Amino acid sequence: MWSFEKLTQWIDTSLHGCMSDGWALLVEFVLIGVAVLVAYALIALFLIYAERKICGFFQCRLGPNRVGKWGIFQSVADMIKILLKELVHIDRSDKVLFRMASFFVIIGSICTFGALPFAKGLQAIDFNVGVFYLLAVSSLGVVGILLAGWSSNSKYSMIGAMRSGAQLISYEISAGLSLMVIVVFSGTMQLSEIVAQQADGWFIFKGHVPACIAFLTYLIAGHAETNRGPFDMPEAESELTAGYHTEYSGIQFGFFYLAEYLNLFIVAAIATTMFLGGWQPLHIPGWEGFNHAMDCIPSLLWFFGKTCVCMFLAMWVRWSFPRLRIDQLLSLEWKILMPVCLLNLILMSVVVIL
Amino acid sequence: MKEKMSDRFGWFAGEAATVADGREVFTVPADRMPEAAAFLKECGYNFLVDMVGMDYGDALGVIDYVARSENTADVVVLKTSVTDRERPVIPSVGAVWEVALMYEREVHDFFGIRFAGNGDMRRLFLRESWNGYPLRKDYDASPEANPVPLENESLADMDTVPSVEAGPDGRERTVLRPLYGEEDYVINFGPQHPAMHGVLHLRVALDGEIVRSVDPHFGYIHRGVEKLCEGYTYPQILHLTDRLDYLSGTMNRHAFCLCCEKALQMDVPERAVVIRTIFDELTRIASHLLGWGSMCMDMGAVTAFMYGLRDREKIMDIFEETAGGRLMANYNVIGGVACDLHPNFRKRVKEFIPYMRKMLREHHMLYTGNPIATGRMAGTGYLSRERAIALGVTGPSGRASGWANDLRRAEPYAAYGRVEFEELLRTGGMTFDRYIIRLNEIEQSLRIIEQLIDNIPEGPYAEKVKGVIKLPQGDYFQRVENARGQFGVHIASRGDKTPYRVKFRSPSMVLVGALKDVAPGGKVADLIMLGGSFDYVIPCIDR
Repeated sequence: MWSFEKLTQWIDTSLHGCMSDGWALLVEFVLIGVAVLVAYALIALFLIYAERKICGFFQCRLGPNRVGKWGIFQSVADMIKILLKELVHIDRSDKVLFRMASFFVIIGSICTFGALPFAKGLQAIDFNVGVFYLLAVSSLGVVGILLAGWSSNSKYSMIGAMRSGAQLISYEISAGLSLMVIVVFSGTMQLSEIVAQQADGWFIFKGHVPACIAFLTYLIAGHAETNRGPFDMPEAESELTAGYHTEYSGIQFGFFYLAEYLNLFIVAAIATTMFLGGWQPLHIPGWEGFNHAMDCIPSLLWFFGKTCVCMFLAMWVRWSFPRLRIDQLLSLEWKILMPVCLLNLILMSVVVIL
Repeated sequence: MKEKMSDRFGWFAGEAATVADGREVFTVPADRMPEAAAFLKECGYNFLVDMVGMDYGDALGVIDYVARSENTADVVVLKTSVTDRERPVIPSVGAVWEVALMYEREVHDFFGIRFAGNGDMRRLFLRESWNGYPLRKDYDASPEANPVPLENESLADMDTVPSVEAGPDGRERTVLRPLYGEEDYVINFGPQHPAMHGVLHLRVALDGEIVRSVDPHFGYIHRGVEKLCEGYTYPQILHLTDRLDYLSGTMNRHAFCLCCEKALQMDVPERAVVIRTIFDELTRIASHLLGWGSMCMDMGAVTAFMYGLRDREKIMDIFEETAGGRLMANYNVIGGVACDLHPNFRKRVKEFIPYMRKMLREHHMLYTGNPIATGRMAGTGYLSRERAIALGVTGPSGRASGWANDLRRAEPYAAYGRVEFEELLRTGGMTFDRYIIRLNEIEQSLRIIEQLIDNIPEGPYAEKVKGVIKLPQGDYFQRVENARGQFGVHIASRGDKTPYRVKFRSPSMVLVGALKDVAPGGKVADLIMLGGSFDYVIPCIDR
């Protein structure tokens, strides 16, 4: 299977060949930064288009179909529009926090995004505590959301932010516990190592019943962490108009919007990495020909394919289900999901010991 | 009733009881209103259908239409008036019929009559600073009297409640009290809000997520339809009726036509009667589909809303082919219907019936069985039968509380007397009952259409009427069952080509009153869902 390492190695050696080590490192940092940001923006544009189109089909509509063939440039047009919009200043709001909030949300999201193993050899940073890092950085977003709600000087925003705080902190527990199941099984927190261990079978197949349960609980908890329906309490369009970002406009609103879609991608990508083998192709022990054919598909496609399946599931759920009420939401987490996750973790420990 | 009244009250003279429009009318002095009302309630008349304010020129008065909740067709009329035009005060009947508290605010707003004992004498539609009372005959409508305001209505005005009480010296005095305390967290839902179904404005006091109280404000799209009617001829008024509750436009128009036809003692051709019934039921299906969809959307299920609209579109297409209009079919006219049926009508309606049945199953599958939806709807928003009657909650919402109030059954008009259908009743009174009853009523409407569509008699589709219609002098009151409840038309005629006074009974207005009653104690999300479950339409309130 072709590895991106060849490309990155080549860039590394050629840079070191023509400049000093310090400069080469700096140029590499900049290149990686630009690449991550470009990929972030492109994936967001694609996701917004995909969501609108898929939602359209679920609702017996066509979705966007005017800008470009099949409306494929619709989200580009939307992006240009949002960039041109005025940033509205809210009277008697906390200006500094108000500006900072959207950056918190988007930085948390980009930092998580940067650490994902996209393909063989295509990972910007590979910590030995990768899973821990993902959980830590992705929870930065909730600070931004709380700040946004607090600083907006709006009651809708305030209620939305409080809901969001309660919801995200609760569901992070389940999401974290679900990932721990895989950490216990694989014995490592390093993402590259976790993916490498799945070469001869994805964890969802190899990990017996606990891995399947963990996959389901992670999908639910992860979905809740993205603030999307049926867990879109913090936004709750029909109740709080737009929740915590009611008062934002222009690109500041755009940041929240982008982060929402990228969080959807990130949750799907983590699920892919931890449970569905990351960029590893589907291998069935004994079927050599089949395995070989699977290897011909590039690892990047494998990764994005699996992620898209997970995202499609999330969209399917979003456009079919009504919204939960706050007490239902919290009792689902504290009374059902978390106990299940804890028991599941014990079950996995037993499986590993045996 | 006349004998009973005379037996009970020494002051009640025989000539104070008359019969008009087939109903017993009791005229009582203003200060006797509460005891007369209480006696009527004792006799079983516990449902105040409507309260009509009147300006007789020399006097101001109110007309109460009261029905028995067991048989809402049995209506008696209670009338009173006062001659003092400067400071007219009538004792409130709110202690007897609770819904009167809201009707009295409306009468107060438009006629300046204050009701002693009603704890809330704010204006219902207009802002407090409005000069004059628009439905009085001597109202100054010039723009100088009420220039277009450049400021929002002050919150102090909105949240201070005046009421008229007897002072220590026996004279009435106005008492002011604030609606909210210092510690109340008050939040505005509306007038612009995605889930307010129009421009309703709710001021909601919250305690965290829990709703403490709801205070509705109306009037943001008030068009003064009742005032306009006083200057229009009867055929012209028809066009305004569609625009009240725009989702049951055909039925509202039907009510007005029936009222005029009754006054003119005119017989409508059989063909028109059947066509009107079919159109009413199609409108009801369309309205219930939209009501169902928007309730689902209020709960966060946007797809369900689209499904509702998709099926409603079929009905709109059928309307368009025959009547030309879609949402406002503009089809009923006095004496019949505006034009004959399109040749395709029968075919398309017959195609629609099985299609709708199939789609109903899909709707149930998508939403009724959804655990989140049922989890949210079960056990919230309880409205008991007694409360429903006291608050005048008719229609599907009232029937979900177990109150049989379907006028199609109680007082069959048009062709409803000869079709078979079930008056669906539920006993729960919960949000889920109000939800499911709409979907089930669609099935009943399909049944009615099925029985009629092959039996549309041949013949003329409308009776010939004169170019200028003059109703004989008198008061006329006609109700129909529209998609939200009993829609009533009161016409007071003095024999002219324009009516002296027109009043529409809005079923939606009392539904907002019920929301105010039911929502406290629930969560914010419940408040929005309850709004969807009552399915009120704001233009019907803001007539």
